[in-house]
Amino acid sequence: MSAIEAFFQRLGTAPGWNFSIVYDAFDRARFLEGLVTTILLSLTCLVLSIIIGIVGAWLQGSTLRVTRRIVQGYIQFFRNTPPLVQLFFFYFAIGSILPRSLNSSGQMEPMISNLGWAIVSFSFFAGAFNVEIFRSGIQAVPRTTVEAAEALGYSRLGIYVHVVLPLAFRICLPALNNNLVNLVKTTTLAYAIAVPELLYAAAQIWSEVFNVREMMNVLLVTYVAIVAVLVWAMGRWERAMRIPGYST
Amino acid sequence: MAHELGEPVVVATRVEKRFGDAIVLREISMTVRRGETICVIGPSGSGKSTLLRCIDALVPIDTGSITVEGVEVNDPKLDKLSLRKRVGIVFQQYNLFPHRTALQNLMMAPLHVLKQDKAQVEARARALLAKVRLSEKADAYPGELSGGQQQRVAIARSLCMNPSVMLFDEVTAALDPETKKEVLTTIRELAAEGMTCILVTHEMGFAREVADHVYFTDGGVIVEHGPPRELLLNPREARTRAFLDQVL
Amino acid sequence: MIARAPGTDLPVLLPAGDALRARPDQAAALGWTSRSFTPRSLASLLALFVLAVLVADAQAQAAGAPRESVVTMLLKWAPLVFQGFLFNLLVSVLAMALGSFAGAALGLAQISLLAPVRGASWIATQFFRNAPWLVLLFYCMFLLPFEIQILGLTIPLPAWLKAVVGLALPVMANVAEIVRGGVRSIPATQWESAEALAFSRRQTLWMVILPQCLKRMTPPWMNLYAILTMATTLISVVGIQDGMTTARAALVAEQRLELFIPMYLMLLSWFFLYCYPIARLTLRLERRFQVRG
Repeated sequence: MSAIEAFFQRLGTAPGWNFSIVYDAFDRARFLEGLVTTILLSLTCLVLSIIIGIVGAWLQGSTLRVTRRIVQGYIQFFRNTPPLVQLFFFYFAIGSILPRSLNSSGQMEPMISNLGWAIVSFSFFAGAFNVEIFRSGIQAVPRTTVEAAEALGYSRLGIYVHVVLPLAFRICLPALNNNLVNLVKTTTLAYAIAVPELLYAAAQIWSEVFNVREMMNVLLVTYVAIVAVLVWAMGRWERAMRIPGYST
Repeated sequence: MAHELGEPVVVATRVEKRFGDAIVLREISMTVRRGETICVIGPSGSGKSTLLRCIDALVPIDTGSITVEGVEVNDPKLDKLSLRKRVGIVFQQYNLFPHRTALQNLMMAPLHVLKQDKAQVEARARALLAKVRLSEKADAYPGELSGGQQQRVAIARSLCMNPSVMLFDEVTAALDPETKKEVLTTIRELAAEGMTCILVTHEMGFAREVADHVYFTDGGVIVEHGPPRELLLNPREARTRAFLDQVL
Repeated sequence: MIARAPGTDLPVLLPAGDALRARPDQAAALGWTSRSFTPRSLASLLALFVLAVLVADAQAQAAGAPRESVVTMLLKWAPLVFQGFLFNLLVSVLAMALGSFAGAALGLAQISLLAPVRGASWIATQFFRNAPWLVLLFYCMFLLPFEIQILGLTIPLPAWLKAVVGLALPVMANVAEIVRGGVRSIPATQWESAEALAFSRRQTLWMVILPQCLKRMTPPWMNLYAILTMATTLISVVGIQDGMTTARAALVAEQRLELFIPMYLMLLSWFFLYCYPIARLTLRLERRFQVRG
């Protein structure tokens, strides 16, 4: 056992601060696995929610009224209902009516795992906010710039892809970053359906080792650290995307 | 300007346009021949800018017809691209794409819309930048250019599509007197080379020197039109006289 | 151009915002007009819910056995689940009140002239804003004592009260951000003219700045309340009886697969019917204050 691990084990006896995740290999592995799951869950949902946001903002511009209504309905539903209930709705209610398949050990298992449903639920949740964010970014692109693109012969799709989206994206970036931070915080809800993310791993550890106080503090610090790293990375990205002479 | 005037390029016949209850264009008829330089003058709100936008099908007309090289603008099945290839329009607010350099602004439409070969487009774009005397600003972003420079880039951008007709919508109104001169010089050279130009402008001096024909509009109708020497020095109508007295 | 105050992610209402102004021309060029969600669409949402119930009912009938229909089961459990839902609302109101008071104080501390006060309150705000709500809830549930002794009195802290405190912490941090952003959005010229009239800093704050901020802070504050109301369902995860636990208990008791979707949809609609009008009101207030600002 290395010096650091020995130090923390001593800490466990006097003054009684039990950081088992440092000195115990099994707990450490569980904790790290939870951390990786949280990060992967956040990234997957981020990518999917951005795609949903772009597609949703595009569909909102459709000439068909029924398309616009459906998109608005989707947004209002996911923004005005609790994400936990949405998660349960997907996992228990819809999950229960999907067909089951035989897995390798000969047991019936649901088609989509709890992790899968967490990804679906959170992506739709964050996607609803992204549609609004992209829409306001698109509306903030000056009308005259769009007119100039139209006068140069661009089709509606061409204007969207080459002119509006690049500009709107830069305008949206701060709100998007905020949404990403919220997404990381929302991943803790997956605890409720036993997805082995960070909170779940910590809960398992403290229920066995009885070091609730220490694990809680570790959790808080870890999440704040993840968010801090994210905010820093997003700040760097924002600066890299900056257009000289153009104030956003 | 003494050079050969060719066949009619833009023919407007009894064009009418309303916005709600207000009649913005009423019984507008005009013929523009190839190589001609037309200036449209008149008080604000007399429909001049709307007329230009109608020629480029940015605003639909209610009755009447406008043809550009035989293409009917009012045709519901109009292929907008075929129209926009022939007509270039430069706006008062330059409307460059802020997220692209000057050179990229010029190259974008020929590449994406006309799908022309990149090397050829780049050569043409650089030649046009040289023509408007901005070669050294090829890699500058619009935010880094002055108003006059941006306007010249905007003119070059429209020229890069090889139009038959160039429309200028009060392009010097937002510029201070020194930068006005640079832009007017560019337009003068363009007209001297034989480009068909329609300018909406307040620059009476420019109109007198460069225009082949001047139209005076007020309240949506063409009150009077004629060669600049006649109209500006010896107007027939009282309204024209009143306007010129105010302006000159 | 959308204006935003640096350092805050909340939609602070700045005077120069024209982002919310309708732009019909551009909308036409892009081929779209933005239509708001009308009461007719709301009716279609409820129709969807009713349809789901009827489909579930048909499923049950198709199963053949003479058992209760889905509608009767829903109606049987609805009062109990609704009571749980009301408890959610109670928790949201309490947490909002507690969090708003603490948050206002924290927000004002962030603009204090004393650097250590500013620094400490900034750290506290950032910390509680960036921590997940569920983790903070767990923290309070586990680590707050089950009774506190003040002045010889022993006051028991029931679990739900600890949950209220746990939810009030992120509310406090967000309200602090709103207050700070609101105060900073008042133009510096207001401070200058107050100073020229010999107001002290505290007088300026209370008599000139804060009354103006109040209107601007209302929409984000209402938005926060809606978010909080939806977050109250988290208390079911830490073992407190609320609408969610009651709904799940009902599903366990009935053991009927067809009941799952209608039951969850019912609970979702209640939250929707409560939070959606708040969202609309927030939007309307935002537009009104933008124009005047």
